[in-house]
Amino acid sequence: MNLSRRHFLVLMPAAAVAWKAVLAGTPEQAPNYKLSDHWWGMLIDVPKCIGCGNCVRACQAENDVPDGYFRTWVERYHVEDENMTNPEVISPDGGKEGFPVAKEDAGKYFFVPKMCNHCTDSPCTQVCPVGATFVTPDGVVLIDQKYCLGCAYCVQACPYGCRYIHPEKKVADKCTLCYHRITKGLTTACCENCPTGARQLVDLKNPKDPIHEFLKTHPVQVLKPQMATGAKAYYNGLDGSVR
Amino acid sequence: MMCDLAMFLGEQVKVMNGVEGFMYPNEIGLQWSVLIVLYPFITGLVAGAFILASLERVFRVEAVKPTYRLALLTALSFLIVAPLPLQLHLGHPERSPEMYFTPHSTSAMAMFGYVYLWYLMAVLVFEIWLDYRRDIVLLSQSTKGPVQWIYKVMTLGSDNISPRSLHIDEKVGWIVTLIGIPSAFLLHGYVGFIFGSIKANPWWSSPLMPVVFIFSAMVSGIAGVMLIYMAMTKLRGQKIDIRCVDTIAMYLFYIFIIDFSLEMLDLIHRIYEADESFRSLNFMVHTKLYVPHIVIQILLGTLTPLILLFITQLVKLPEQVRKRMYVTAGSLALVGIFAMRWNVVIGGQLFSKSFLGYTTYKMALVTKEGSLVAAGLTVLPLFILWALVKLLPPWTAEHVRQATTGD
Amino acid sequence: MSAFKDAGHLFRFAGLFVLAFIIFLVVRGYVVPRSFGQYGHYRGAAIGEIAARPVKFAGHETCETCHSDVLDVKSKGKHAHVNCEACHGPLAKHADDPSSVTPVKPDTAVLCARCHTASAAKPKGFPQVDPVDHSNGVPCETCHQPHSPAIEAAAAPAASAGGAK
Repeated sequence: MNLSRRHFLVLMPAAAVAWKAVLAGTPEQAPNYKLSDHWWGMLIDVPKCIGCGNCVRACQAENDVPDGYFRTWVERYHVEDENMTNPEVISPDGGKEGFPVAKEDAGKYFFVPKMCNHCTDSPCTQVCPVGATFVTPDGVVLIDQKYCLGCAYCVQACPYGCRYIHPEKKVADKCTLCYHRITKGLTTACCENCPTGARQLVDLKNPKDPIHEFLKTHPVQVLKPQMATGAKAYYNGLDGSVR
Repeated sequence: MMCDLAMFLGEQVKVMNGVEGFMYPNEIGLQWSVLIVLYPFITGLVAGAFILASLERVFRVEAVKPTYRLALLTALSFLIVAPLPLQLHLGHPERSPEMYFTPHSTSAMAMFGYVYLWYLMAVLVFEIWLDYRRDIVLLSQSTKGPVQWIYKVMTLGSDNISPRSLHIDEKVGWIVTLIGIPSAFLLHGYVGFIFGSIKANPWWSSPLMPVVFIFSAMVSGIAGVMLIYMAMTKLRGQKIDIRCVDTIAMYLFYIFIIDFSLEMLDLIHRIYEADESFRSLNFMVHTKLYVPHIVIQILLGTLTPLILLFITQLVKLPEQVRKRMYVTAGSLALVGIFAMRWNVVIGGQLFSKSFLGYTTYKMALVTKEGSLVAAGLTVLPLFILWALVKLLPPWTAEHVRQATTGD
Repeated sequence: MSAFKDAGHLFRFAGLFVLAFIIFLVVRGYVVPRSFGQYGHYRGAAIGEIAARPVKFAGHETCETCHSDVLDVKSKGKHAHVNCEACHGPLAKHADDPSSVTPVKPDTAVLCARCHTASAAKPKGFPQVDPVDHSNGVPCETCHQPHSPAIEAAAAPAASAGGAK
């Protein structure tokens, strides 16, 4: 590192103070975070995804996701001869260590990162018998792991397969949109670590959010629109073969 | 159509962890085990047994009177066991009271606590108590030993068995049974709705699901009580009331026809509409579910008993032959209804929601949710029934009559 | 009145229900968490609990507060939008107390290969090579500076100082 000692002595405490403020934040205490000011979603730009698996590893590191279970994962599609109903799909260990090398052929390949869609009309919150999973006022679907019975009804009800029962805690678990980060002004772990910008957090209540602008000016899709879940994970360039 | 899927899967058969084709990573392990198959089977028996009891009480079908009390006790034995598979399945069973304290009104499962409690206390226990009250009071006075205290508690401190009070019991009991019929439908129908309302799962999502569950419940309950009655009567060395059994078998036959028609309707509708899930589900039924669905549920568990029962309805066969056919048909019907629950619950988790692959159900033997526990829970109600029959004999009046006539 | 006398047992049975209901209401008052129903049918306090979880990735803006020299180099190259922790791993602990955690230098053989190994599956415009053909075991950083990976033309050696440390 090329920092001079003087620079270091000045910057270090400043950074530490700033960081402490970030760490200490909870929605009630964080200076500028009001639940009603935000409505969170995510943009996934399919043509940009290179299948490196950084997002899967980052999510696991950030959220202590147990091995064999996935809060987010990447699928690789191989569509031959425009046969949209018969894609060949793989997701080796969720794409965590990337994908095997694909050989050039007549078909098309692409990667599709998947995660909880943080649905507005979420079927998983509808079926929870006790109110352990819910949509926050700022649009994030969360699980109250102190209240969850572990009945797995929500896991059955999710059309996207994004939920699982935590093998040790025995309660439901899933992507939280890194709620503990976004309420402190940070972005999600997956977006932070994506090298190509294929994943971007979006605040649909923020008119100045550039991703919000993107959503308003480009054709985007959601997964399984026929389910009418109000999904908020928007996909740019989603192929018709994607399940 | 089936060929290219077969070929496609053949190319992809990387059978890792029992997965063929592609499944979302979190879908590979099944969430709901054989215990969740057992739960609707048990509540189905409860509902079906109760409907049989109501045949006599509300619809005045005199012929089935010998099974009235037995049907109620059978329903109670199974109802007591019903929450156990659920408790064993939950990740945090100690939190299950939350369903009583903060039930989520949009969740069919949240209804469970209240419907169960209502059915147990306000219908079943109430009706049994009203019907047995005279015997309970008499037994509380005549029995010696610690059991006498059980009877004393059951009298709730009232020893009034005057004709007028018994008449009131009769009237109130009739109303309870009447309310009990839709309650029984609710107890089991909501289970069907739990599955039928899940739009994410095309094998489950159907408005027919609660109706199919109710009718198959009636089949299993009626068959179950018929078998228990025949077995118990034989064990007691008594003569089976053939008119009773003939009547039960007749109801079993007609309700079975309705149940089979409903299931065929669902099947035909699926094949005709052939929506996006059809190819995947069709393949699953022909491969992974071939034995449980085609062989066990349809051929052995539905068509065979239907044919046997049809023959008995059509041709007047000797009593002994009829009894053998009823036992066979009843046993096969029970197996078939269990298979139906299996095919719904397990089948609904074997295919991927991407419609691109399948997984396998690895049922363990000795774990909390394994086959030993399932088998144990299936026979436990029979032990409870044995205890209840000892405590509240269904045939007391008969004993008294036989004792006085010296049979 | 005599009707009631003969129905006394029914009132006792009903009485059991009433008693059970009262006990239920009392227990419920104690057991249901206070914040339940605050925002909807769930425990409102759960929102704060989940938001208070510890952060593992500091976020590139925090890294850049101290490491502005790296930022100067990176922002001019192709890895401008590859964030620090995408290669260096979660370093919130380091940002909190730099001397307590020394970030480990990532193994380029594994790290670079994950993104840049050529595959027909990757987008066509994305820079990708066959590792064997390209470098045959020579470590990537021998020729490429990870913070600004482009190799300047050999004719302008001075300009390449932007990439070197």
